[in-house]
Amino acid sequence: MTDTPPSDTPKRRFRLTRRRMILGSGLVGGALVVGYTAMNPMQVGGALLTAGGPDFDPGPFGPYIRIDADGGVAIVNPQQEMGQGIHAALAAMIAEELDADWDTVRVVDARVNFAAYGPQMTAGSHAVAYHWDKLRKTGAAARSMFVDAAALRWQVPRRLITVQNGVVSHPQSNRSASFAELLTDAARHAPPREPVLKRPEEFRLIGTDRVRRKDCGPKSTGRQVYTQDIQRPDMLVAMVAHSPRFGGMLKRFDDRDARRIKGVVDVFAIETGVAVLAQDTLAARRGRDALRIEWDDSAAERRSSPELTAWYRDIAVGRAVIDATSFETRGDIEQPQTGDRFETTIDFPYLAHAPMEPLDCVAQVRGWDVDIWSGSHLATLDQVQAALTARTIPGRVKLHVLPAGGSFGRRGLMSCDYLVECVRIARRTGHRPVKLMWTREDEMTGGYYRPMVHHQASIVLGADGLPSDWRHRIVAQRLIPVGDNPQNSEGVAGSPYFAAANTLDCRIASPELPVSVSFWRSVGHSHTAMAMEHIVDQLARRARRDPAEYRRALYQKAGATGRLRVLEALCTRAGWGKPLEDGWARGMALHDCFGTIVGQVAEVRLDSGRLVVRRVVAVVDCGIAVSPDQVAAQMEGGIGFGLSAALHGAITLKDGVVQEDNFDSYAPVRMDEMPLVETHILPSTRPPTGMGEPGVPPIAPAVANALFALTGTPTRSLPFGRQA
Amino acid sequence: MTHSLFVNGRLHSVDTDGDAPLLWVLRDHLRLTGTKYGCGKAQCGACTVHADGQPVRSCSLSLADAATSRIETIEGAAGPEAEALTAAWVARGVPQCGFCQSGQLMSALALLRANSAPTDADIDAAMSGNLCRCATYNRIRAGIHDAAAALGDRS
Amino acid sequence: MKLRRPRLSCLSIAMILFALIILIVAILLRPLTLPKPEALSAAFAPVVVAPLKPVSAFNAIVDPAARSVALFQEAGRVIRHPRCMNCHPRTDRPTQTDAMRPHMPAVARGPDGAGDPHLRCATCHNDANFTGRDVPGNPQWLLALIEQAWQGRSLGETCRQLFDPARSYITRAELLEHMANDALVGWAWHPGGDRPPAPGTQAQFGALIAAWRETDARWPA
Repeated sequence: MTDTPPSDTPKRRFRLTRRRMILGSGLVGGALVVGYTAMNPMQVGGALLTAGGPDFDPGPFGPYIRIDADGGVAIVNPQQEMGQGIHAALAAMIAEELDADWDTVRVVDARVNFAAYGPQMTAGSHAVAYHWDKLRKTGAAARSMFVDAAALRWQVPRRLITVQNGVVSHPQSNRSASFAELLTDAARHAPPREPVLKRPEEFRLIGTDRVRRKDCGPKSTGRQVYTQDIQRPDMLVAMVAHSPRFGGMLKRFDDRDARRIKGVVDVFAIETGVAVLAQDTLAARRGRDALRIEWDDSAAERRSSPELTAWYRDIAVGRAVIDATSFETRGDIEQPQTGDRFETTIDFPYLAHAPMEPLDCVAQVRGWDVDIWSGSHLATLDQVQAALTARTIPGRVKLHVLPAGGSFGRRGLMSCDYLVECVRIARRTGHRPVKLMWTREDEMTGGYYRPMVHHQASIVLGADGLPSDWRHRIVAQRLIPVGDNPQNSEGVAGSPYFAAANTLDCRIASPELPVSVSFWRSVGHSHTAMAMEHIVDQLARRARRDPAEYRRALYQKAGATGRLRVLEALCTRAGWGKPLEDGWARGMALHDCFGTIVGQVAEVRLDSGRLVVRRVVAVVDCGIAVSPDQVAAQMEGGIGFGLSAALHGAITLKDGVVQEDNFDSYAPVRMDEMPLVETHILPSTRPPTGMGEPGVPPIAPAVANALFALTGTPTRSLPFGRQA
Repeated sequence: MTHSLFVNGRLHSVDTDGDAPLLWVLRDHLRLTGTKYGCGKAQCGACTVHADGQPVRSCSLSLADAATSRIETIEGAAGPEAEALTAAWVARGVPQCGFCQSGQLMSALALLRANSAPTDADIDAAMSGNLCRCATYNRIRAGIHDAAAALGDRS
Repeated sequence: MKLRRPRLSCLSIAMILFALIILIVAILLRPLTLPKPEALSAAFAPVVVAPLKPVSAFNAIVDPAARSVALFQEAGRVIRHPRCMNCHPRTDRPTQTDAMRPHMPAVARGPDGAGDPHLRCATCHNDANFTGRDVPGNPQWLLALIEQAWQGRSLGETCRQLFDPARSYITRAELLEHMANDALVGWAWHPGGDRPPAPGTQAQFGALIAAWRETDARWPA
């Protein structure tokens, strides 16, 4: 993963040829259009975003495949590798169709280049689904070029030529040649118009246990380079003192003591606070500690978490009025609910991402030219933001994407806060590179949280015991400034649990406050799954039915065949209904997000008030599992991440100041709390869907439902055992 | 002020004050960046190194204190236990983002050197100071068992 | 993380539009003046040490038993302080902070009170408070024996336990020495960082304990 990116050869204009169209990236989405379409928005975007930069030569096999003279195959990963294993899955797609020798395939990270790779955004667990056809076609096209070369050299029909593990053969004449031997010839051939793809049953690599991560070596020896490890000649280290309250503005500051610290080079105000530049990290930290700052809190958030929770509850019941938007309406919603009503509420706290690598970025601004080293997720957006901040054009921004030491969404902000901050500082260092370091405390108190959320539901069960009238209110801040806040209703909207409802009234209210919020691994599903799945268990108990059987009835009614399949496998694998030892209980939850359906059953016990989760059985339908090993890894990781939040996670405010600032007060699950995880992947021939996030949402409700089975008391707020 | 620091079998001379945390001396002065900053207050274990064979959090150990010990970092981790652990980590596909793994490996290395056949409880105790936000814990535990088994077979 | 995934062409157009909007906004908002450095007075938050009443303050109490109890109750303000209680836990796991929540990360006392053999206290705690701020330290960093647990016990129970030979593991002379002179106990008055120290001074505390012993060492009910 530490290889250099593909070479930039200057002085050659990027022209779109048929070769580039096919091997390039299928820039026009699904259809491989041959020729030049002047109005193609991808080309317009590519031209705008790469203008002024060095020209990019994708090479004979396109921007994703580089084959060295010795036959070594390097596959370019255009996505952010932050632990989710995407580099292996994407490389396997190409290697499968190329029939390259997987064991020797290398993966390199792409530099940002819109013309070559299109928008480079790693979000929404979409990469596997998005690249599925595109990258396989790229691999198949390159393979076809090698077959053409061999057919011509040996004067044999194409169809009698086979390719396996990087060796092209003609079995009848017992001739074979490696990619290296055919390289020059193959490069001269044109890629086919419509490369022929393998059928799923023909896969030799995809779906096997051989598709493993390629970065375990460097990551198991300390050799993997992260942004934190970047050293540039003459580099300075920056730290920024931010307002302790959201919405606070810098009023006055005194830098005399800071400047006396050995190693401190400069101190100045920037838009987000006071920046201290120093020779090394420690001096920057000490310099920042020595600052005296007065903040103007006149526009700042001064409330505490209990006040905010109370306000959210008032909004949900209409005592405090803000505009709400309907996202599901059915039947006569003006009619008041009649009959036996079930009412519940559930409160969710703000959550920090807390990736192991605190936020950092390296930037160098030299006139028009900007170099950035960062674990960027929304790399194309980061490039644009950096250009705007540095007052240059995007083509002059060279963004070197490094693997992030975790992110979980924190590095995937539309506003790219830390990156913009770094570029702002780098504009003022006289061309010296700057490494911006956020401390753990900066990261945890710095906002862009999973929002605080309040769910309120009022449900009437019909004669068949299924919900016939469902009224649902969600209160949550918007994640993006426009629209009806769909990210926080996803998972409730279109729920199969509404299948039997004649009356349906779901609304979301989006209060505005200065606390910044953003995408957090699984986004809205991180709370909607908990709300829906825990409600369903409570409804099942009310209807005196088994939770699995109750779900089955609703899924059948909704025609949710995917969920039914997962449910059946889950019941079998988890031994649903079989007795457990005294004191233990099982809880189940099923959720689909980003196209992937995950069901989990947790085995839970209360050990003198402490919640113990011993084992989680998970069943997943993610279409074709490109890398079963990484699907399992993401299930384990998603469960650990979701469980951390459910057991301990809460960012709380007191007088507007965040109270949790490090891992002692915002405690993730450690090894002693991690349950065993058993992952079962349902066989499928459906195109693959993502796995980075879908493992997260079901764990909290699975545990809550087990706890409910154990104690009969429903969970009304997360984290467990803490009152909101 | 100049301090002598013995790291990975080599004597280094470091010109900074004795209060400086070893972590920043390793990273910024000696450029040994395999040791990571994750929390700065001995909560996450990403900065774990060995001082005279004992695992310590280098973010909370001063240069002056460290200067009296033999320091071993991930870059200098060697020997049969280190090799067995690395091999197990790769075979199991332990890392995800990988940022915590230097610290995990240094804690695991100290454990294996002290206890050639650790139980699950021993592993939980030894590793509970090391956080992994990707939650690779189950694979870490399995990896330590694998390494212990491989060492047992060899001897 | 989920971005709506419309057709690609829309995405790129949206992105270009987004960039243009930002550009316009940036230009509109550009003349932002940032504060320049100026002299500010240092606003040090002084370390507030709760005072401890001197022995002489109890001279007015005539009844020796009542005086003894009063002396111990005053000393009890130290004994009951989180700086002391945190290392006298009822379980194998110490507590932390003024809220006395379980120690993070999870650690265990181990056979000698200095940590599990595989995760010693010294992995994180050194001979002194580190950088005065984050991780506290002392050369003797150690947990009290489980028989000497104070958490969850009343002051009176703590006192009875101190003198119960089966549970105290300490003679009266050793007890005075521990309270008045032990360097690890002394850490409670110099805990570093923003941790509030125990009330008074170790000398005052020692004097209270000594005076209490001299008044026959009575304890509250």
